[in-house]
Amino acid sequence: MNNKIRSTFKGGLGQLTIPLIAIAILFLFNLIRDPGFFSIEITYNNDGNAVLAGNLISVINGASELAVLAMGMTLVTAACGGQDISVGAAAAIAGSAFVKVLKSGSAITGGTVILAFLCACIVAMLFASFNGTLVAVFRIQPMIATLILYTCGRSIAYWINGGATPTVDSPIIRAIGSFIPGVPIPTPVLIVVAVTILFMLIFHFTSLELFTQSVGINGSAARLNGINSTLIKLLSFIILGFCVAVAGIIGVSRLELINHETLLLDVEMDAILAVAIGGNNLGGGKFKIVGSIIGAYVIQILTITLYAMKVSSTDVKAYKAIVIVLLVVIGSPVIKAKFAKLMSQLKSNKQRVSMKGAE
Amino acid sequence: MQDKVILQMRDIEKRFPGVLALSGVDFTLRKGEIHALMGENGAGKSTLIKVLTGVYQMDDGEITVDGEKVAIRSPQDAQNKGISTVYQEITLCPNLTVAENMFIGRGNGVLVKQKDYEKKADEILGRLGIPARSRQQLGSCSLAVQQMVAIARAVDMNCKVLILDEPTSSLDDKEVNLLFELMRNLKSRGVGIIFVTHFLEQVYEVSDRITVLRNGELVGEYLTEELPQVELVAKMMGKELDELNSLGESEEKKMENGEVFYEAESLSSSDALPFSFNIHKGEVNGFTGLLGSGRSESVRAIFGADKIGGGNVKIKGRPVKITRPIEAMKHGIGYLAEDRKRDGIIAELSVRENIILALQVMNGFFKPISRGESEAFADEYIKALNIKTASRETPIGSLSGGNQQKVILARWLLTHPDYLILDEPTRGIDVGTKLEIQKLVLKLAEEGVSVTFISSEVEEMLRTCSRLIVMRDRHIVGELKGKDLNQKKVMETIAGGEAGNE
Amino acid sequence: MKRLKALLLTGVLAMSFAFGGCGGDTGAAGTTGSGDSGTTTTTTTTDTGSAGGTIKVGVVNNPPSESGYREANVKDMESVFSKENGYDLKTAYSLKNDEQLQAAQGFITEGVDYLLISAAETTGWDEVLKSAKEAGIKVYLFDRMIDVDESLYEAAVVSDMSAEGKTAVDWLLAQNLPEYKVIHIQGAMGSDAQIGRTGALDEQFASGKMTKVVQQTATWDEAEAKKIVESVINSGEDFNVIYAENDGMAKGAVAALDEHGITHGVDGKVIVMGFDCNKWALRELLAGKWNYDGQCSPFQAQIISDLIQGKTTASSKKIINEEKGFDAKELTQADIDTYGLGE
Repeated sequence: MNNKIRSTFKGGLGQLTIPLIAIAILFLFNLIRDPGFFSIEITYNNDGNAVLAGNLISVINGASELAVLAMGMTLVTAACGGQDISVGAAAAIAGSAFVKVLKSGSAITGGTVILAFLCACIVAMLFASFNGTLVAVFRIQPMIATLILYTCGRSIAYWINGGATPTVDSPIIRAIGSFIPGVPIPTPVLIVVAVTILFMLIFHFTSLELFTQSVGINGSAARLNGINSTLIKLLSFIILGFCVAVAGIIGVSRLELINHETLLLDVEMDAILAVAIGGNNLGGGKFKIVGSIIGAYVIQILTITLYAMKVSSTDVKAYKAIVIVLLVVIGSPVIKAKFAKLMSQLKSNKQRVSMKGAE
Repeated sequence: MQDKVILQMRDIEKRFPGVLALSGVDFTLRKGEIHALMGENGAGKSTLIKVLTGVYQMDDGEITVDGEKVAIRSPQDAQNKGISTVYQEITLCPNLTVAENMFIGRGNGVLVKQKDYEKKADEILGRLGIPARSRQQLGSCSLAVQQMVAIARAVDMNCKVLILDEPTSSLDDKEVNLLFELMRNLKSRGVGIIFVTHFLEQVYEVSDRITVLRNGELVGEYLTEELPQVELVAKMMGKELDELNSLGESEEKKMENGEVFYEAESLSSSDALPFSFNIHKGEVNGFTGLLGSGRSESVRAIFGADKIGGGNVKIKGRPVKITRPIEAMKHGIGYLAEDRKRDGIIAELSVRENIILALQVMNGFFKPISRGESEAFADEYIKALNIKTASRETPIGSLSGGNQQKVILARWLLTHPDYLILDEPTRGIDVGTKLEIQKLVLKLAEEGVSVTFISSEVEEMLRTCSRLIVMRDRHIVGELKGKDLNQKKVMETIAGGEAGNE
Repeated sequence: MKRLKALLLTGVLAMSFAFGGCGGDTGAAGTTGSGDSGTTTTTTTTDTGSAGGTIKVGVVNNPPSESGYREANVKDMESVFSKENGYDLKTAYSLKNDEQLQAAQGFITEGVDYLLISAAETTGWDEVLKSAKEAGIKVYLFDRMIDVDESLYEAAVVSDMSAEGKTAVDWLLAQNLPEYKVIHIQGAMGSDAQIGRTGALDEQFASGKMTKVVQQTATWDEAEAKKIVESVINSGEDFNVIYAENDGMAKGAVAALDEHGITHGVDGKVIVMGFDCNKWALRELLAGKWNYDGQCSPFQAQIISDLIQGKTTASSKKIINEEKGFDAKELTQADIDTYGLGE
């Protein structure tokens, strides 16, 4: 495991350069703008627990849903060479199912929460298999295939709870969405850590990583090596389905309410961008989950920074778009090649200078 | 036939990084002749054509058109000098009319009236006897007619040299005849035609002269009527091998007394016609035939690579079902695909990952090979096969062709197969590596592995195989072994001259 | 990039379902359209044979799936114009104007006595209303105005969004706080509800009576509202009022307060105001966690019924439906049962 982590950084820093630089620049920018931006303090929340607070906490907490979705999206992107644009709508369905089950019992106990979580997972995975079947079996472009659920997903979510926006008032749900009593770290952050570990374990105990990359890079060769590419693609969607359920449940628990129209609205764009910023090829193939997670945090720091600067939230999207265009362009092969050329030129110049110096 | 030379290429040389694609090639085209350019894959035909049409710039040599020395800098340049090409795939626009297709992109800065050029188009079509109307949508014509329109377009651009690159590969017999008529028509008008094809019969039907290339070198120029078909095949495949050497080795490799490992009876797939085949334990046999003869399609059927049509398969005498690659692998069959780039390498993955891939698939999804183990496997095979790579973590895509091939070989060797199918394992790789691979095949056989070996170089197969299955037109037309295993017999069987079935 | 463009386009298309009227304000509004939005469903609650002294009423409305508001509106219509109250009710629901027009024409042909309309669009109704008039059918508009001559309908019972905002701001002024430092969380910019609810508060900001700590739109998104409040808390700025333009966003804001240990509600430091009067939101009021909830009333049926039965007469063609505003200190469970939306 240790070896694996080391190799992740050894082999992967190239891919992670852009997102890491982006994070560094955003940090620096904020430090200059407001040195207090990164102060973290301990406050007591309204339940009387000591909890951490500050912009940094808001960033890692707020990016939780996005980070979880970006992990799943990375797999789908790698295997299918396309993206699932229905994750927001599917999360609304999963969240609605979660609340539906919670509300079906008389009281919300730990048992009902687990049951509701399982139901939400199953529902999300079923819808994901629908997407996956269209992509893997019927060979429909992922974006086109998932456009169907993107369009009708929130209507389906509407039917589940009969159009209402029911609330769930329960200490357990509050613990999931904000803080577990006695733990100063926001629970969604812990969930992201747990999901990340889960992914690591899956990669460690199965051949998912190798097979997914093979299918994504060269489907024909993968098939001739006995890999069932249909199954791998379907599996990537089902895993994304799990991520969708988790993200949906975090979203619901944060507010203790399901609003099928606004839950994780437009999150699919951010999730795809997180994958792209993480240096993963949107055309499929080699991938790094870590990159996508960092990408999610880059997007969130950006959002929080803009809010802290009191940029009107209608303008936030425009600013975000500018920064993201910059990041994606800088990461593009054309610029990379140009940059490499420049560097080698500089190097040879330097050598010439030092040679002159030697003379 | 006039003997006036319109195109002369002399001492053409073309290098690509690490490969000498053409070296000292001469080619002469006379006015009003159909000249077939022949050679197996990789012989340098398409490189020569591309040099002639300005797609590639030659590194050395000289081209004269109509006695004038020329430099051809681009396809446009070639066209201006009277050299036109019609490619295998139609490069016209099917949703425009025939006339539009004939005149598109030829604006001389002057607006041309639609009626005028339609009239002109009809005139040309009529003159050449092409069954199409100028206002017809091109897409509504048959493939052959579309091809003819492309030719008409080329001819109207005042061409002296017309290059037809595999024009008949997607046409049926009737359409081929139509095309030949047009070619003869053009010939009578003094156009020189370079005809590139794989079909021997067509060469003999329509061409006047044949130039044969092999391995980027000129084998010779012959009058069609003076070159028997068998000799043509021999010249295409090369036969400067030490026959004694081959015989001596074939003495050793007769070990057909082992049990039959694999047996297929009228096996067919979406791409292969029904055929029967077997291989013994420790035997090396081969499929041979010209390109498109069905040799690759047949071995793909054995591996379950294409959709299986029908047939009975037995392994060690027990009936089995192989419809997918994974089933073949589970029965101990490995398959190194013909097209390394498309079906072999996972370009962006490391050498290590490429080596363990097949074994990992066989181990199953839930039993991943540990990092340490996979590194050990990779190191072992990098050493054993002498794979030249910066490290085991280098992406395979950045290795040379020969080393990529060795990695794929390592992938299959790691699965310890009972039966290994190698389709063109030596194509496009350097001579040293070729010999290494041949030796490896013989060594595997000694260890009891059955091997089916396909190569477009006959001498290579004669050196390694104890039995050759010969295919022509997607049928098995002969099986050679023992003293029949010689170049002459192979050529005869491939060419079908003396109906070499025993 | 092509894919992203396509995605953006799709997004824009989905957004462009924006509509006016109260329906658009709850945030739960079916902006992407729901399954039954494309079809008109016509149902009859009584069999025509027994129509002796009953009054035949045809209602053309938007589908209940549109929003929580519409759901309450539809339920209200069905319960007031019931068989027990002496009505024969026929309904048609669609989000599409042309389908609504067809349905209205159908009711006219069927020969209803009264036609009640909440139109999807303000234009295109002249012909239908004229033919209704010729057939002697009386027309009432509810919730939304239509762009036609006043003579073509009896009366229009509608909401006044700016009145709704004014009611809320007046309530806030009546609290007599020493100072007003307001976090203003807006709905989707440009929607009627946002414009109405923002207007009255903007006046106060302009006059200087209240201080704008931050004014941001969360486009009806609860999570976005939480982020906005969180960023204010992190910046250390002081505030004592949260004015959220719907219940969901108020809830998001409160989640941020809770996490940072800031008290709110009747006995708390921060006054919390929401809109829509969802039942769950009113329960927050009852528990003293919020202070105020305003409502754009979806209940027009009784007013129209009274007009039909002659119990009241319309003083003008435009009847402004009274907007409710609930103070946590005065709210009762009975109010929740009567006026609360949803479950």
